[in-house]
Amino acid sequence: MIDYLDNFWSVYSNLVLTLGTNALLALSIYLTLSCGMLAMANAAFMGIGAYTSAILTMNCGWPFPAAIAAGMAMPALVAFIIGKPTLRLSGVYLAMATLAFGEVVRLLIIRAESLTGGALGLNGIPQLTQWWHVLLAVVLVLFVLARLRRSKIGRAFEAIKEDETAAGLMGIDVNGHKMLAFALGAAIAGLAGTLDAHLTFFIGPQEFGFDRGVEILTMTILGGINSLFGPVLGSLIVTLLPELLSSLKDYRAVANGLILVLIVLFLPKGLWNPDWMRRLPGLRKKGVAP
Amino acid sequence: MLEQQLFNALSLGCVYALFALGFTLVFGVLGVVNLSQGAIFMLGAYAALTAIVRLHMPLWAAIAFAFAFSGLVGMLIDRIVLKPLRRRDAPHLIPMIATIGLGLAINSLVQGAFGAENQRFPSEVLPQDSLVIAGISVTVLELGIILVSFVLMTVLLITMKKTQLGRALRAIAESPKAARLLGINVDGLFMLTSFVAAGLGGVSGVLIGLYSNALFPLMGQPMLHKGIAVIILGGMGDIRGAMLAGLFLGFAEVLSVAYIGSDMRDAVAFGLLFLVLLVRPKGLFGSVQERKV
Repeated sequence: MIDYLDNFWSVYSNLVLTLGTNALLALSIYLTLSCGMLAMANAAFMGIGAYTSAILTMNCGWPFPAAIAAGMAMPALVAFIIGKPTLRLSGVYLAMATLAFGEVVRLLIIRAESLTGGALGLNGIPQLTQWWHVLLAVVLVLFVLARLRRSKIGRAFEAIKEDETAAGLMGIDVNGHKMLAFALGAAIAGLAGTLDAHLTFFIGPQEFGFDRGVEILTMTILGGINSLFGPVLGSLIVTLLPELLSSLKDYRAVANGLILVLIVLFLPKGLWNPDWMRRLPGLRKKGVAP
Repeated sequence: MLEQQLFNALSLGCVYALFALGFTLVFGVLGVVNLSQGAIFMLGAYAALTAIVRLHMPLWAAIAFAFAFSGLVGMLIDRIVLKPLRRRDAPHLIPMIATIGLGLAINSLVQGAFGAENQRFPSEVLPQDSLVIAGISVTVLELGIILVSFVLMTVLLITMKKTQLGRALRAIAESPKAARLLGINVDGLFMLTSFVAAGLGGVSGVLIGLYSNALFPLMGQPMLHKGIAVIILGGMGDIRGAMLAGLFLGFAEVLSVAYIGSDMRDAVAFGLLFLVLLVRPKGLFGSVQERKV
């Protein structure tokens, strides 16, 4: 049995740890979505976190915990700076402006060749991430978000998501809460980037482009944003799917794209949907109107 | 030298304008940001390539074929994905997410079918001649690109401004419900709009493919990002704004390559976008609408 587990771990440890970082990414975009914003900058924040921490551990010899802190603080700081002008934008405009921001970050990473290795990426990042780091990060983030959900701030997020104007009239500081969700999401994405960079010992600008952003979005939309389990479930499926579909080779991304479409069409609230589960036979309570 | 640069900028800007036109048309009439437009752009280029290589069509017929093919794909997307969402009255971010998925699926389908490597148009179909006009060397290809773009844009503008059809479309843009009450065939016009918008996207794909002579499955991605910048700069749904902003981006890009350096070329569009959104959150030509409670 122990042998079997050892064997399993040596083959699949990377997959399991990727699962953890993907769960963090899904939770990071969940934060902004739960506040009613579609911000597509999380892949860029992940990249900022990954590059910041990798440069610090490689070139400046920082210890890993300090690098993690910097890998979270830097994206949050950037989010704060670009959030000032962009979070005023509504709906579609916000999505597009953050998309554009992601492209600028990618181009800047390529351009700052002496620091980031340009298009070739950074090689030989020390492999400092242990499996329990990832586990601890996921558990901690889940804990913080669960507490947040039930707090005054979480309720304010929900009010803003339902109706921004009404929330503002009720005395909720709309811009402040949006900024908090945006910066906190950026920090979580940066954490995922830091852990990922010190796991795979290589990062390149292509990893943090549009496709990664779409993947992050897919995970969260697939799982649903009604609860914290949704994004985690979504990240589980999206991470494992390529392994299961490996026989499709070149057409794997087709499945990813179509999943996004099908979910939006047929399960608009995602897979993990309390309403839907309540309607299952046997779980229905008598006298509760649908 | 400057005249030469300006001429190159004009042909590039025309294609940007054409692409953004389809994009902004869908937003204006259907109220949807169709992020699969980049994939449709690429699909148009590959359709023309297939028409030329496999079906031995002349270039002009291949362009028409690309228009029809990508138009049909756009219509199908509207029919299968966007229409149910419209009927459900989904929030406007939902169709956007769905079209992101569609774009991803189309991109990787083409990558699976044609391979990820660059494809070229056979050199015998490309017009090779060049003329010298007022000291500028002008290739027939570039002239053709400008001509095709201008013809398509003019037809569209006249249709929107002067005809019954254009009036109906503008009515739908105001309010689909009211338009339906007025007896306008809203569903038919939605289909027509998606056909024309995707067709324009496809043709601009062919033109860029001819211009750079390199087709690859992800060629629509940078175009999509630039298209986004252009339609925001022009004010979402504003046809004239999109044309002007497209031309403007062409000039800004070519001049920045000439005077700043080529490696920041792709950042110009986003730099501009960022600056404009800072000052005018609804785009250069857009009007600010505040929701009343």
